[in-house]
Amino acid sequence: MQFTLRTAHEMHDQLIKKEISAEELNKTVFARIDAVDDQIGAYITRTRENALAQARAVDRQIRNGEKISPLSGIPIAIKDNICTDGIRTTAGSKILSNFIPPYSATVVKRLEAAGSTIAGKANLDEFAMGSSNENSAFLVTRNPWDTSRVPGGSSGGSAAAVAAGAAVCALGSDTGGSIRQPASFCGVVGMKPTYGAVSRYGLIAYASSLDQIGPFTRDVTDCALMLNAICGHDPLDSTSAKYQAVDYTGFLKDDVRGMKLGVPEEYMAEGIDPAVRGVVLKAMEKLESLGAVVEYTTLPHTEYALPTYYLIAQAEASSNLARYDGVRYGIRAKGSEDVIDMFMKTRSQGFGHEVKRRIMLGTYALSTGYYDAHYLKALKVRTLIKEDFDRAFKKYDLLLSPVSPTTAFRIGEKIDNPLQMYLSDICTISVNLAGIPGLSIPCGFAGGLPVGLQLMGRHFDEGTMFRAAYTFEQNTDYHKQFPEL
Amino acid sequence: MPQYETVIGLEAHVELKTRAKIFCDSTTEFGGAPNTHVCPVCLGLPGALPVVNKKVVEYAIRAALALNCKIAEFSKFDRKNYYYPDMPKNYQISQYDLPIAKHGCLEIDTANGVKKIGITRLHMEEDTGKLVHQGTITTTPFSLVDYNRAGVPLIEIVSEPDLRSPEEARQYMEKLRTVILYTGVSDCKMEEGSLRCDANISVRPVGTGGFGTKAEIKNLNSFKSLQRSLAFEAERQIKTLEAGGKIVQETRTWDEGKGETLSLRSKEYAHDYRYLPDPDLVPLLIDRQWVADIRNSLPEMPDQRRLRYVKEYGLPAYDAAILTNTKELADYFEECVKAYPHPKAISNWIMGDLNRLLNLHGIEITGCKVTPQNLASLLMLIGRGTISGKIAKTVFAEMFAGGKAAETIVKEKGLTQISDKRVIVAIVDEVLARNPGPVEDYKAGRERALGFLVGQVMKASQGKANPELANKLLREKL
Repeated sequence: MQFTLRTAHEMHDQLIKKEISAEELNKTVFARIDAVDDQIGAYITRTRENALAQARAVDRQIRNGEKISPLSGIPIAIKDNICTDGIRTTAGSKILSNFIPPYSATVVKRLEAAGSTIAGKANLDEFAMGSSNENSAFLVTRNPWDTSRVPGGSSGGSAAAVAAGAAVCALGSDTGGSIRQPASFCGVVGMKPTYGAVSRYGLIAYASSLDQIGPFTRDVTDCALMLNAICGHDPLDSTSAKYQAVDYTGFLKDDVRGMKLGVPEEYMAEGIDPAVRGVVLKAMEKLESLGAVVEYTTLPHTEYALPTYYLIAQAEASSNLARYDGVRYGIRAKGSEDVIDMFMKTRSQGFGHEVKRRIMLGTYALSTGYYDAHYLKALKVRTLIKEDFDRAFKKYDLLLSPVSPTTAFRIGEKIDNPLQMYLSDICTISVNLAGIPGLSIPCGFAGGLPVGLQLMGRHFDEGTMFRAAYTFEQNTDYHKQFPEL
Repeated sequence: MPQYETVIGLEAHVELKTRAKIFCDSTTEFGGAPNTHVCPVCLGLPGALPVVNKKVVEYAIRAALALNCKIAEFSKFDRKNYYYPDMPKNYQISQYDLPIAKHGCLEIDTANGVKKIGITRLHMEEDTGKLVHQGTITTTPFSLVDYNRAGVPLIEIVSEPDLRSPEEARQYMEKLRTVILYTGVSDCKMEEGSLRCDANISVRPVGTGGFGTKAEIKNLNSFKSLQRSLAFEAERQIKTLEAGGKIVQETRTWDEGKGETLSLRSKEYAHDYRYLPDPDLVPLLIDRQWVADIRNSLPEMPDQRRLRYVKEYGLPAYDAAILTNTKELADYFEECVKAYPHPKAISNWIMGDLNRLLNLHGIEITGCKVTPQNLASLLMLIGRGTISGKIAKTVFAEMFAGGKAAETIVKEKGLTQISDKRVIVAIVDEVLARNPGPVEDYKAGRERALGFLVGQVMKASQGKANPELANKLLREKL
């Protein structure tokens, strides 16, 4: 097996046994990046020298007999909407193509404190708006399983890097499915933690009340290790919860006996590709065979989730993206008549089509005379959607569904049809509206392409999700299958 | 022609003097080299998030309680969206439908007695940066932005349209300033912009209900410009109506130089602020005990203090009003009274020589070198007859300039009043001998001549003779 396709915990064992140095490990990963990234396009920026310097520091610790943390020396790809001190951070947008943050996101600081090395900045849809990475202003990322297909989005670069062995783990952000959907398309584990579990400080905002940073990994154990490293209260983020952090690896038990799993029928209805549905059903049967109780249930307001999401997310986005005006940072259009002209030219030239579409939609939803009918109504429906989940979780420990209605689609297939594109998030957006955690785990293949199973849990009950996902993983081998590149 | 009355409501912006800004740890200090009091949060850098400074909420509650407001139990921050280069995020974090406080009032003294002015609401928001132009905004070849002020905490205090004249508007602002200064949450310096004001004004025929179409006046940088601009605007509106014209709802700016208000933009061009709850900030749940603690920590407010001065110290209402105008002056006064329990004598000195010298040198009472104990000692010297009132003025001037104690100055300069009868008799005899004319005049019944003779005794004693004793002895001799 390709060395760089090992998991972080396997690499950690090799590091502490001194079978490999952190520097060699990182050089190997960079060699892999050099070998495959021309085909994949996972990275906007590679930070080889930084990573090697960080790795050498880890080697010194090992030589000195110091205990290193589980992610020490492990190269991690950071989605390029997460700020990195001194390293260009573009959010996939031309408007930030020259932006070098003077500070790092809290998650980056925490990973660095844990000894991780930063492999580079991963491609994404511009400002995390998209489901295919085709909205990046810089490059198209390709799915390692079939390079004519998209890796999903918006964290497509992160997912593709982990799937291709061009990073061991990655960070993404998930506003409506932007971690889980690409994880599903690329056959890796991807998790959106509970809203408030991970600090958003330094995450370039798309929709603040929905955005959450989370990990991409090659197995569930690595996912728990990553969450351990990044979660917990941050005084710099008011919305980060003050809760007692736990060691999530403690939940990695091969046992789902008696666990009650609900399958919302709305998520298995028409619109789900029959092949995908078949693979997901088989995965559910697998969990049942391992002792879980699996039943159909209902989340009656599911049909309103998509419009609700698009109103709330776009309203917030229209305000969040107002700051990109060319005054303080980023590109500034030349030849402007006055300041208003400069704003308009800068934003016209700096933003791509999808971003403009969403800013306009959000601006409209918040305008006088439309606010009550659109934004306020959406907030009310959001509460109803949350209540659906509250009811379901009184009966079930977890809910199960497909992550996406289809497997990875072809590049260009949906780019001219935004509504079709939006529908690829239909199974994932309710989780963001409710603020609950969601996890995508590889559960089989349809037409040679990976399919993900989505696990949805109670607020701050990532532990139960880890236990179920770990059990599934221990009894299947989908996570041990890799794309040929 | 109908008689018109003016209807005015004011929106005051008060900068809170917390150490740190409202949503980050950058300093609120005024001035500083451009863009040095900033950080990723107040610069609105991508990914930076606001976290509310609890001290700001405390100060807002403090001001609100002093203005007799009801404090909300549940409050939140909203984004006010509009584009302007002095705003780092192109939205201002403010409060929309759930402000921290509502339903307050402020009493002002008018010609017709005390008038209660309603306060609609008080809310918190962040200040913007400042544009620096070369020349004027319309002719400058480029503009620079200084974000030092961006994120400095503000409270906006909105009054009810209860004010009926430019004078009342001015009185309201002055009273507001006094009350806020008492709470200690702001410097309220109009010249540094820590107290700012916009005015809404309309006119209507006396006796009619409802409101006329209003204009909003901006750029009012002093109490004087507030009153002048409103007087101009009221007259402009009345003239327009009398000429058969209509008032347009618009925003106008005050041109201090021209002494007139000018149209800035009409209602059609008003911003649609597209308010939305700020998803980066969690709602505020205001603990009742906290509010009670803040209320208990408030000092005695000027209105109560003034009434107490009349009742407890027997001071005239005029004295009480001046002494309580600032908390610092009132505290100074009370310290003096503690050391020398003669309130009226102290009041006279404070309102007379002390205030005159403070104004002359542009010094605040807090910077005054004469301690309350030293002023009290001076008054004691007068009371005991050690020095005359006239000498005391000279001594006081020296105390003010150098901070020395009264006794020290009197001793050093040998200014002790002469109350020794024998010494004064000698002087009196000499004066009588040298001024036969006035003596004759006095004896002929011209009382005024006595004043002259007393003056001569004082002069001969270099002002040190006890004037009452001199007067008495002169009469005896004559």
